[in-house]
Amino acid sequence: MTEPLSFELSRPAVTPPRLPDADLPGPAPADVLPPEMLRSRPPDLPRLSEPEIMRHYSRLASLNYSISENFYPLGSCTMKYNPVLNEQAAALPGFAGLHPYQDEDTIQGALELMWRLERALCAVVGVERVTLQPAAGAHGEWTALRMIAAYHDSRQENRTEVLVPDSAHGTNPASAALSGFKVVEVKSGSDGRISLADLESKLSRQTAALMLTNPNTLGLFEREILDIAEMVHATGAMLYYDGANLNAFMGICRPGDMGFDAVHMNLHKTFTTPHGGGGPGAGPVGVKAELVPFLPAPTVERQNGHLTLDYKRPQSIGRVRSFYGNFGMLVRAYTYILAMGGDGLSQASRDAVLSANYLRNLVEADLEMPHKGPCMHEFVASAHNLTSANGVRALDIAKALLDRQFYAPTVYFPLVVPEAIMVEPTETESKATLDSFAAAIKEIVAQAKTDPEVLHAEPRSTPVGRLDEVAAARKINAYLVGQAEDPILRWKAPSDTA
Amino acid sequence: MLETIGVRSIDDLLVDIPQSLRLESLQLPDGLSEFETIAQVKALADRNRVYADRLTFRGGGVYRRFIPAAVAAVTSKPEFYTAYTPYQAEASQGTLQAIFEYQTLIAELTAMDISNASLYDGATAVAEAAMMAYVHTGRNEVLVAGYVHPEYVQVLRAFGEGRGIKVRRGDQPNKKTAAVIFQQPDFLGLLVDAPALTRAAHDAGALAIACVDPINLAILAPPGEYGADIAVGEGQQLGLAPSLGGPHVGFIACRRDLVRKLPGRLVGTAHDAEGRRGFVLALAAREQHIRREKATSNICTNHSLCALAAAVYLTYMGPEGLRHVADVGFKRAHNLAERLADMPGWELAFPERQFVNEFAVRVPRSSSVVKKLARKGILGGLDVSRWFRELRGVLTFTCTEVNDAKALDQLVEALAS
Repeated sequence: MTEPLSFELSRPAVTPPRLPDADLPGPAPADVLPPEMLRSRPPDLPRLSEPEIMRHYSRLASLNYSISENFYPLGSCTMKYNPVLNEQAAALPGFAGLHPYQDEDTIQGALELMWRLERALCAVVGVERVTLQPAAGAHGEWTALRMIAAYHDSRQENRTEVLVPDSAHGTNPASAALSGFKVVEVKSGSDGRISLADLESKLSRQTAALMLTNPNTLGLFEREILDIAEMVHATGAMLYYDGANLNAFMGICRPGDMGFDAVHMNLHKTFTTPHGGGGPGAGPVGVKAELVPFLPAPTVERQNGHLTLDYKRPQSIGRVRSFYGNFGMLVRAYTYILAMGGDGLSQASRDAVLSANYLRNLVEADLEMPHKGPCMHEFVASAHNLTSANGVRALDIAKALLDRQFYAPTVYFPLVVPEAIMVEPTETESKATLDSFAAAIKEIVAQAKTDPEVLHAEPRSTPVGRLDEVAAARKINAYLVGQAEDPILRWKAPSDTA
Repeated sequence: MLETIGVRSIDDLLVDIPQSLRLESLQLPDGLSEFETIAQVKALADRNRVYADRLTFRGGGVYRRFIPAAVAAVTSKPEFYTAYTPYQAEASQGTLQAIFEYQTLIAELTAMDISNASLYDGATAVAEAAMMAYVHTGRNEVLVAGYVHPEYVQVLRAFGEGRGIKVRRGDQPNKKTAAVIFQQPDFLGLLVDAPALTRAAHDAGALAIACVDPINLAILAPPGEYGADIAVGEGQQLGLAPSLGGPHVGFIACRRDLVRKLPGRLVGTAHDAEGRRGFVLALAAREQHIRREKATSNICTNHSLCALAAAVYLTYMGPEGLRHVADVGFKRAHNLAERLADMPGWELAFPERQFVNEFAVRVPRSSSVVKKLARKGILGGLDVSRWFRELRGVLTFTCTEVNDAKALDQLVEALAS
């Protein structure tokens, strides 16, 4: 089942939408502007009637898998149910209708919400202040590293290296490099946790920070976190927390207490703002007192119940996004926190850990577990044995799950586990869902042993089968080097590509 | 569940966490019912003042526009807004195809070869474009020409600092210049000589980065027509509510030979074994999850749902609809500019310069003017001296299709009273 592109559905005869006229005397662009300033040819946008548009997008919607329909076992992505109340809150005219350059006196409610959200996030992760400006997790990572760089600069220390574990998210080394640091990799030990010996050998007066997530990307709690923090701080470096795994321990423990100096959070993971098919998210960053002077400006300040935006921050790293961040996502996250409360957030994390361990236990009989449990909110299995014995790869299992009405787990990450299958069930899935997911894994693994060829041809029930990305890449390359005219990365009228 | 795992309580699963780190509870109030929650949130919303669309004449990067009902009807479909990033192509064809359509729409609008799948906002789009130029030319200075949105420049500076890119103001590029960045129309609404700036950039071996307004591209020559190398901008006007500045969407499009340096995701077509056309994330080898510290951008999550809104908006408007709203804004803004310039003591701040639907006027006692309008329920001009000291007493006003003829009369009357 496929759907034509809007451009292919376009009909020249469609009447344009009825729109207000100017109703005032005034010039047309061609009366005033020199011809070279004017567009020579109108953009080739499709022409569709409203019913055609609604049907087109409804059909496209039906080609999507979503959390509103079923389970996403996506490790490190925390795909929880998105409460519908959040959407209602963000759409309130008192929020959605605000211009960012209204006077502060007219946006007191919005600023109060931001201030309260900041206080709540501080309470959850154990820090002094939080900036709500970053638009996504990677943006938050980079913002935190800029603050750490500014901190070292303010002390006239020239620290050029950031340590990143080999199991880290790809955004960690990328964010560090883009903040001007040299990335130094720290190895994991055989137990899946960071190797203290390797860390020791790589820490130096050059080290600006260690980036860590805890529990790590294998779903394991770094038991020696307090020792790690001491080692890092002893060299004068900072400890940065990648908040991708925050859902593991809300109300159980806090990165601030573990010794982390900067913490980013993904509101679109832990605090249920929807993923939107790849954003918008929000990636606030929390910091301890020593980093507060470097926060992006403006910050939200509250005095005697009156809220202001503080732009006078001489040591600030500046501005990382226009206006005040993804405000609509902040409203959603605040609504979630208010509904859940401290008790509900704590229970959510406890249930997430329970779900992960339960599911881990169920699939342990079928998939290899390279690391000993218990796990926290997620676990990493490996299809390595099936690959060597039956030629069935993690990717095959992922695709076979799509045929069984489940989304695929995160595969081939973390890089330290061969044929990795990373599963994060979250607290919003029922036992029945987890049971049926485990049953699907069992069925797939059994098939891998008896009839592996069938799995290579899956998925079959999805709107399209496995897409040939290699052939696509070859065609794109031909276009990019000027050997072909079909760009592949956009639609072109057939006559244009002939 | 505990029994299956073989433990007695959830606490038995938390044994790896040192006791000294364990919390009793969070210092937050207990949870609320849905009814109480929304009542509290609504109470905060009610403490804000919302100006009527038709009486909003303030722009500065965020504009009131007519938003077709179809936009929210599509973006509020849970199949779209609760879907994950489309890494599993077979289960994400809806999102992937919508992004592919968005990429094509942006490429058409800007007359550039290829657009990416979206960025966070206009400001980060400018910064990412500067990074492309830095990588492409191997030079580390970028030149900001004219009144580019001050917050975009601030973000550019913050990005540049980590990457070793120097940001200078001016329009005379030299051998060290990686790119000339200009905004068309600029932050004050003024039209710049985009072709001349582009030529100057190219003569110095630099790239030309055009930051453009997507609606006014229905009227104005698009970056592709005057040979700019990268087109960027803020897509808020394409169907997104002001929402105190976000979430909106940044767009970026470029020439064919720069595509490998484009940041963020790209969607392309591919085929399955049966020959059916589908859509996949393409050229992923440029991205952070593959290249790690060698990546030239760290962007992962972008603004897909906002890009979807933009796609629905542009499809609803079609070429004629888009041109119509652009023309209405043009006509009304020129009408208003003439009437405001006639007010005693008021004058156009740049009478020799052309504009589209936003313009700058120099007025006596600007802050009392703005306050007076607010008392009448009008969100009046933006005081730009906050960012540019030389523009003391200058306010910018904007008009779109939502500011009807009566609203303009109301504004002029309020000022005269």
